[in-house]
Amino acid sequence: MATIRVQQADFDIGAEVAALTAGRTDIGGIGCFVGTVRASTAGRPIAAMTLEHYPGMTERAMARIADEAARRWSLLGCTLIHRVGRLEPGENIVLVVAVAAHRQAALDATAFFIDWLKTRAPFWKKEIFADGGEAWVAARESDEDAAARWGGGA
Amino acid sequence: MAASAPLRLLYFAGLRERLGTAEEAIALPEGIATVGDLMAWQRGRGPAHAAAFAEPARVRCAVNQDFAPPDAPVGAGDEVAFFPPMTGG
Repeated sequence: MATIRVQQADFDIGAEVAALTAGRTDIGGIGCFVGTVRASTAGRPIAAMTLEHYPGMTERAMARIADEAARRWSLLGCTLIHRVGRLEPGENIVLVVAVAAHRQAALDATAFFIDWLKTRAPFWKKEIFADGGEAWVAARESDEDAAARWGGGA
Repeated sequence: MAASAPLRLLYFAGLRERLGTAEEAIALPEGIATVGDLMAWQRGRGPAHAAAFAEPARVRCAVNQDFAPPDAPVGAGDEVAFFPPMTGG
């Protein structure tokens, strides 16, 4: 049911939604979240971001997150795509699409997916600043709180 | 022989950069039975490792590609990864 991909290439949001809904008339709601690269962090301009991951484990962790969502909501499908490598401001980072018969499941599952992807899948972001500096993005407590609000373990 | 299979250690992101290595294979050190044991052993390997593993709460671990708490068992032949808290999404 879940489409899970880790890739360097960009994704086509319309095509991914169409792939989930093609030929179906049981879907009543489509939830979608797209994360993109901001041009600055705390006022400091960034030139790019690099995303590292743990090949093999990443896909396993994403599949587990999809399984967990399937236990919690009556989803009719979902797509999780996370990009890796060098990404510049304005580029897409991550796509979450969840489809269901009704909006609440689609919207809640979408929020759950992005909250858990941020803290429970092995991705790490590094910011490359316009002034030449670079720094790994520090994990934020607010992200952990957002993930924890859904309960359940890692 | 499973008992003589090396332990495969992987490091990611800031931890990889601090240690200057992404991967190594070692013989399972004497007396190591858990992730917590392995973290304590890492701290004794030298200044870079002592600094990188100084705050156990800032280091996450996976054993054979599953998240693993400090009391999780580790043994010869396992793939054990250490990394900072995750920042995807």
